[in-house]
Amino acid sequence: MNKVTWLRKNLFSTWYNTLLTIICLYFLFWIVKGCLFWAFHQAQWQVIPVNLHLFLVGRFLQSLYWRIWIVLGIITILSLITLSLFTKKSNIIKGRFSQSITPWIAPIWLLSFPINIWLIGGGFGLQSVSTNLWNGLLLTLLMAIVSIVLSFPIGVILALGRTSNLFLTRWFSILYIEIVRGLPMIGILFIAQVMLPLFLPTELRLDPLIRGIAGLVLFSAAYMAENVRGGLQSIPRGQTEASKALGFNTPLVVILIILPQALRAVIPAIVGQFISLFKDTSLLSLVGLVELTGIARSILAQPQFLGRYAEVYIFIGLIYWLFCYSMSLASRKLEKQLGN
Amino acid sequence: MTNTKPPIWRDYRFWQIAVQCIAVILVIAIVATLWMNLNRNLQQLGMKFGFDFLQQEASFDIGETLVNYKPTDTYILALLVGLINSLRVAIAGILLTTIVGTTAGIASLFDNWLVRNISLVYVEVFRNTPLLLQLLFWYFGVFLVFPKVENKFYVWGLIHLSQNGIELPGFTFSPEFSTLLLGLTFYTGAFIAEIVRGGIKSLPKGQWEAGLSLGLKPTLLMRLVIFPQALRVIIPPLTSQYLNLTKNSSLAIAIGYPDIYFVASTTFNQTGKAVEVMILIMLTYLTLSLIISLMMNLLNRSVQIKER
Repeated sequence: MNKVTWLRKNLFSTWYNTLLTIICLYFLFWIVKGCLFWAFHQAQWQVIPVNLHLFLVGRFLQSLYWRIWIVLGIITILSLITLSLFTKKSNIIKGRFSQSITPWIAPIWLLSFPINIWLIGGGFGLQSVSTNLWNGLLLTLLMAIVSIVLSFPIGVILALGRTSNLFLTRWFSILYIEIVRGLPMIGILFIAQVMLPLFLPTELRLDPLIRGIAGLVLFSAAYMAENVRGGLQSIPRGQTEASKALGFNTPLVVILIILPQALRAVIPAIVGQFISLFKDTSLLSLVGLVELTGIARSILAQPQFLGRYAEVYIFIGLIYWLFCYSMSLASRKLEKQLGN
Repeated sequence: MTNTKPPIWRDYRFWQIAVQCIAVILVIAIVATLWMNLNRNLQQLGMKFGFDFLQQEASFDIGETLVNYKPTDTYILALLVGLINSLRVAIAGILLTTIVGTTAGIASLFDNWLVRNISLVYVEVFRNTPLLLQLLFWYFGVFLVFPKVENKFYVWGLIHLSQNGIELPGFTFSPEFSTLLLGLTFYTGAFIAEIVRGGIKSLPKGQWEAGLSLGLKPTLLMRLVIFPQALRVIIPPLTSQYLNLTKNSSLAIAIGYPDIYFVASTTFNQTGKAVEVMILIMLTYLTLSLIISLMMNLLNRSVQIKER
């Protein structure tokens, strides 16, 4: 199909299509012209390169950046190994080695987690870095990942509680899930930041970071529960009945038969939830944590960058977008693979 | 062989009761500990739990009100003003976002390449960036750099844009209200577009073919055959988007629009009554969510297939 037929088929097939095309072209021309004019003549982009390190890691000590690089290295290597294990085409790791390493990949990820935290935060022989210096994209990623990991087991328990036939556990789960889902996230974060200290013993002083994570986990667990419940309900009753007939007791049926199948079915939904949690971490800037949005606001408060709102917000918007969009592409791919 | 009774831990009824008892004890223990801590902490701070403060003078001003309100009025009235502001933005947002989302959703199914891709780009851009960031961008990056009122500019001769917000013939919207409304509309609209697209695509191809072979024109086919059926798939997820929009309207606090959350937050800052204020916020949002769910369920019932 050459270009002319393509144009005729896709843009000018009927009179109203032609009209639509012309309106859209005019509209696009108008917008693109305005944006380009602004970007090249009015915007002052120096605010981005000057503060790039602030956007990425915030006020983290510059002399300790090597630790962040190591963390990045560990995560990259682990991701590459995981990817090459789960995509058939790649031939970086082959055959026996791949088979012997597969069962270890989850424990290695779990183990890498405290090591990464140690590298970022220090202590135990490394110079310690106070948590209020963990800012920017670093904090955004950390909060999102920690919260989704922690909310997973709570979500599974709540989902099991909600689908169980035990009257009281079911109602407790429903109560929790529905109250949390009925509240705006900023309210939950407010509860975690302001009210949690009131509900805890006075001796227990929680770090604002921990309180932020607590808020995200409280919030995320309710949504996770609903996702997992979807998976649980997609498992046919026959599975339970068959395993009961084989003599499994209820906990074993749930752990060995139902959950593995249900969780496999909800992986795409969990990725989707991670994307929205990643976006929602921006709300932490409203309760005083300096993650990506928070650092943008504090940069904009500096007198020499006053009024550079559009440039800064477009830049960090691009960062959020890159992460979310690539994750949603990955989730679509995953969904296709799981479907086969 | 004697017929002995099996031990009690072999009985599933025992476990059912035991597990529930453990759950109840656990929940009661947690709640009691938290409550005791709360009482002790409040005592140390010299405060008492109670809603009496609502009758006191609020003594802060609210920028935008639909009812008469002055700083000498009570906290109750201030919160009511906030609630009305929330409802105003939520209702307008739900109406607008439905229009934007449905338009974008249908546009993404057009056979015109350009229209389809504009809709696609819109959805991917707005869905994949945080709403808070979009609001900050619209407010600080766009509305506050508009010209002053004296040299406001016109779009199509009808809409006036300036730092004072949007002026339509007969109405004026403050920049805060306009930002929140537009931000919520376009953010939620991107999700609704996907829902509408999915709903329409879920119909079997035979529906289109049958309609076309009956001689229906595409627009009529859409209105009479496709859309009513797609609505059955669309309405349940649409409900949750409406709920999200209502809850997300609480982000008004970031740009200073006095909605219920903003007023409640100011109330907390002045009185220090964290628990009471939070209970009020909870009740408000749960009630709003319940009302929206009920209304959408009624709507849902009316579009479901009626079988005898």
